[in-house]
Amino acid sequence: MRSLFNRVLVDIAKKDQRIWMILADIGYGEIEPFRDAFPDRWFNCGVAEQNMTGVACGVAMEGNIAITYSIANFPTLRCLEQIRNDVCYHHANVKIVIIGGGLAYGPLGVSHQATEDIAIMRALPNMVVFCPCDFAEAEAGVHAMIAHDGPFYYRCGYKKEPPVHEGRIAFKLGKAIQVRDGSDATIFFTGTVGNQALPAAEALEKRGIRCRVVSLHTVRPIDRSAIVRAARETGAIITVEEHQLQGGMGSAVAEVLCDEGVMPKKFLRIGLPDLYVSKVGTHEWLLNEYGLSAQKIAASVRKLMGRKR
Amino acid sequence: MAEILCVLYKRILRVDPKRPRRDGRDRLVLSKGHGGCAVYAVLGELGFFPKQWFEGYYRDEGRLMGHISHYVPGVEFSTGSLGHGLPVAVGMALAARHAGKKHRIICLMSDGDCNEGSTWEALLFAAQHKLDNLTVLVDYNKVQALGLSKDVLDLEPFARKMEDCHWAVKEVDGHDVVAVDKALHKLPFEQGKPSWLICHTIKGKGVSWMENTVSCHYGSVNDEQLARALSEIGAQ
Repeated sequence: MRSLFNRVLVDIAKKDQRIWMILADIGYGEIEPFRDAFPDRWFNCGVAEQNMTGVACGVAMEGNIAITYSIANFPTLRCLEQIRNDVCYHHANVKIVIIGGGLAYGPLGVSHQATEDIAIMRALPNMVVFCPCDFAEAEAGVHAMIAHDGPFYYRCGYKKEPPVHEGRIAFKLGKAIQVRDGSDATIFFTGTVGNQALPAAEALEKRGIRCRVVSLHTVRPIDRSAIVRAARETGAIITVEEHQLQGGMGSAVAEVLCDEGVMPKKFLRIGLPDLYVSKVGTHEWLLNEYGLSAQKIAASVRKLMGRKR
Repeated sequence: MAEILCVLYKRILRVDPKRPRRDGRDRLVLSKGHGGCAVYAVLGELGFFPKQWFEGYYRDEGRLMGHISHYVPGVEFSTGSLGHGLPVAVGMALAARHAGKKHRIICLMSDGDCNEGSTWEALLFAAQHKLDNLTVLVDYNKVQALGLSKDVLDLEPFARKMEDCHWAVKEVDGHDVVAVDKALHKLPFEQGKPSWLICHTIKGKGVSWMENTVSCHYGSVNDEQLARALSEIGAQ
């Protein structure tokens, strides 16, 4: 997905000269086409994320669109105050792109696992929080990101994620996309973990639990009507995210349901538990270990729905 | 700091109170956002906003918050947490140069600002990219929140450090308006380098019991002290 992101961005930047990339010495093997095509709109700040974000903000204040880009937590947590005070407070046209949300960089360890980012980014006024699940959403999302005037957080996948959606998608920022329909429960997911949520729903179907599956690619602003509708129509809500449970997409869905006074009969948030990952393994292995593989998601949903194994 | 602002707004900055966001205006980024009060005073005097706003400084339903805010006409950028101004000013300078624009970017900083790592990230970057449309002024009063700078985090030898970081450096008495004006008369100090002007100042200048004291960093005055202080500096 990160290759696709860079390819689409270069295509857009050919037509839109306001687009700059401000880096912090990360992106090897991916960012070179932008650098080579637009050397005067591409700057590497060195290993200095606070300056990267401040510079991006200054560039944006002069009428440009500045993209910061790095791995996992580097362009968010290291420079969080720059994002808050400089970018969000000034409603600056800065786009913060992370590569590898959740456990994507699994074996590299906790420093490279972005597991609180959604909670933190969605707490910031003026920020859009976007987590594409596949190439279709990722590509549409780059266009939406550039078209949107203001701060934008883009949680980009790390590898060749398989498609979740079939064919073309009707994409609108802030508007959830239904991947399949079902009447017993709704599974909302955000980001590349959709690749686990969808097969989980397919497995559940075989066991007689028909799940609607919905991609909440935009966590902020969230699609309130899709959430309310799902609760009313299917009665049970399950959220799946590659992120800690506190404050993430599942929390956002719960907030909407409470605010709207719509209480589903059953509700379950599936995500990472309240701890730092201590096990070592590949992305897929860790997803399974921490309950986010298709099989584990299906088992959790079955338990919620009161079905025995 | 008041003298520095006087020179900047009277002699250096090309800004228009009637069109505060005019394209081509010079940009002042106040990185020491706690000095916002002094900037508000100048902006109000110049007519960027009605002087009645002064009454609401720091007060209920006021328009002027303690740390400088871009909600106030004429204020380019909001700060308040140190170490934020220079990276943003650097970005502005980079974009202005790229667009072939001639406006100047001036960043006014404190010595406390120079404690922050982000400031050092930015100053290395500015020199790396030869941003000679960027000028930094440091209000170098050598006193910070919990002590004297030399006891907390010594910046000396300040000028030499900055020269070694490939900035063009000048030093001046920051209370001498003629000297500050003269120092800024020709910018950049040197082609191909950002300019760094160290303004040596005295905290609490002109008020005998305040000068060079750590206590006046946080201290506020009562009516009687205010009257005495104003009389000492000869203000009305």
